[in-house]
Amino acid sequence: MSAIATDVAWTAEEVRVAGMKLHLRRAGAGQPLLVLHHDVGSPDRLPFYDALARRFTVYVPSHPGYDRSERPEWMRSARDIAVCYQWLLGDLGAANPALVGLGFGGWIAAEMATMAPRGLRRLVLVGAAGIKPRQGDILDQALVSYIDYVRHGFSDSAAFDRIYGAEPTTAQLEQWDLNREMSFRIAWKPYMYSPTLPHLLGGVKVPALVVWGRNDRVVPLDAGEQYAKALPQARLAIVEGAGHFVEMEQPDELAKLVVDFCAGA
Amino acid sequence: MHLMYFTEQPMSAYPADEGKKFGATALMFSNRHYDPVEGSRLYNEYIEHYKLVEEVGFDGIMLNEHHNAPFCMQAKCNVFASILAAITQRVKIVLLGNPLPLADNPVRLAEELAMIDMVSRGRLVSGFVRGGGQEQLATGVNPAYNRERFEEAHDLVVKAWTQPGPFRHEGTHYQHRVVNPWAVPLQKPHPRVWIPGVLSKETVIWAARQRYPYIALSTAIDATKKIWEHYDSVAAEVGFQGGPEYRGYLQRCHVAETEEKAMANARQFMWMQGEFTGLAHPVWSTPSGYFSPSYRSAFVEFAVGRRSNPRGSAFEEQIASQQIIAGTPKTVIPKLRRLLEETRPSIVGFWASDGFVSDADARTSIRLLGHEVLPAVREMGKELGLLSPFEAESPVSIKYPPATAPAAA
Repeated sequence: MSAIATDVAWTAEEVRVAGMKLHLRRAGAGQPLLVLHHDVGSPDRLPFYDALARRFTVYVPSHPGYDRSERPEWMRSARDIAVCYQWLLGDLGAANPALVGLGFGGWIAAEMATMAPRGLRRLVLVGAAGIKPRQGDILDQALVSYIDYVRHGFSDSAAFDRIYGAEPTTAQLEQWDLNREMSFRIAWKPYMYSPTLPHLLGGVKVPALVVWGRNDRVVPLDAGEQYAKALPQARLAIVEGAGHFVEMEQPDELAKLVVDFCAGA
Repeated sequence: MHLMYFTEQPMSAYPADEGKKFGATALMFSNRHYDPVEGSRLYNEYIEHYKLVEEVGFDGIMLNEHHNAPFCMQAKCNVFASILAAITQRVKIVLLGNPLPLADNPVRLAEELAMIDMVSRGRLVSGFVRGGGQEQLATGVNPAYNRERFEEAHDLVVKAWTQPGPFRHEGTHYQHRVVNPWAVPLQKPHPRVWIPGVLSKETVIWAARQRYPYIALSTAIDATKKIWEHYDSVAAEVGFQGGPEYRGYLQRCHVAETEEKAMANARQFMWMQGEFTGLAHPVWSTPSGYFSPSYRSAFVEFAVGRRSNPRGSAFEEQIASQQIIAGTPKTVIPKLRRLLEETRPSIVGFWASDGFVSDADARTSIRLLGHEVLPAVREMGKELGLLSPFEAESPVSIKYPPATAPAAA
């Protein structure tokens, strides 16, 4: 995949869901695929998104209260976001979508899948939060700085420098702070998991792909193993040379895994 | 004037080299370094200091609380308030205060405070705070709802104090099926509420809207004046005139028999501010959602080490700005006069010692303050017309305005 992807045209718009304005980017054509970003938000464009858009109609919303989407003061859980995205998919007329959830977005995708398993074509969870690991804990961002937290998501710090710069701007820090505040508002306690989610995954009888970076220091691999076991049609794939942000560190490999999986019959 | 004594109750008896090695000692510095034998000794020394404070003529004892940190041994200010309620006779017990957002059950807090008020025979002043940033992490309370919880818990405590139960509370952050505590405050309509703070405009505005005195915690004189301008303008908006009875100030002030000794001991005020062992890591003291959004860019830069604490400055600067006063009674009194003349508070807390100041020096400071400094400050207060809320008989809150004189017949 070329790092300079000029062949994919993205559009951005504001859509209204549950009384709030959501920022939505879209590109590509074909079957619908919804990408759900991490708790640190997302750069506007990533080579990984471009690769998906060459094969699918890709939707990348900013979560409510993250990046350019409005903060809903009333929102209290990742499940609330999942309901909003089911609402959004209905409004977009995106029938039988594939869901690709990254980290915290993986938790939202898993919640969405438990709500409407029959309306789903494929489920991809990459380093997904949402399940309490049996060994270790999900990294508590409240104890580390914005920069250190994001750096923890990379197995190779040079990848961080390439994407965010070695010294991220104050504007970026402020955005991370706003995103962190929203994460606290909806996922403070228990932190980044739902005790009830594991019991509800058994009804998600669609093909599921669980992907984990070998060196994920944010969500322990054990959570991935639990997802792969609880989802009836799941397999687990490990990506070498990647931490939590697999889509930023190994975009080609992850894109190939996801495209092959989601394009399957 | 209302002149109070304050100490953070420092727990300085831990291996300082371990603290330095670790860096920030609030929140994550392991309590394996906590020696309960030393803790027991210090608690009992502080109790003796409080007895001496009453004996030498202070009007009140100010208490506070912090968590997971050597700089303050009070994990629950209501515990020491209960002790003081029983072992003192005259002084006001001024809590500045209970961190409301940390309470998961404000009704229980209302009960505890009512008990303290009754045991002390009506000597409680019940201040409330938001709690430091690291306090939210130490107690697992969501920093993003800190201010909402503060306001809702406050309203519920005051309602539990003043409205007969049983009633039900279905709020945003607190739900109680039955509010009907079998303990209500002795003071009517309820104990006075004072609100301490450092920086947040939001808190100054909120305190003024309630008509509660605001206690500026060791701010520089110019900053303190700005706080009062702000307070007074909000007071005017809501229909009362600000003034000394709504103004408090916590002054770090160590007094000794010589200038040299006073200055050496005053350096210990920097102990908790990070010069010796560090306070909290900036990320822990400013969790997202906790600080005022108007300071977001300053705090995010502070959190990653790109700028110094928006709240702190060096020892020499603080001596120059009088945030720290140190000396003999003779040299300290004119500095206090400047504070009183320029900022006109009626409530003054004397934070007399910190860190590693010895038991003997802490007692000397209390004695010199009580015998030589307080009488002079009281005279200045009279001269400058600085009447405390008790002397001015100002209302407890905006809800209880002063009774209007009956119309002439």
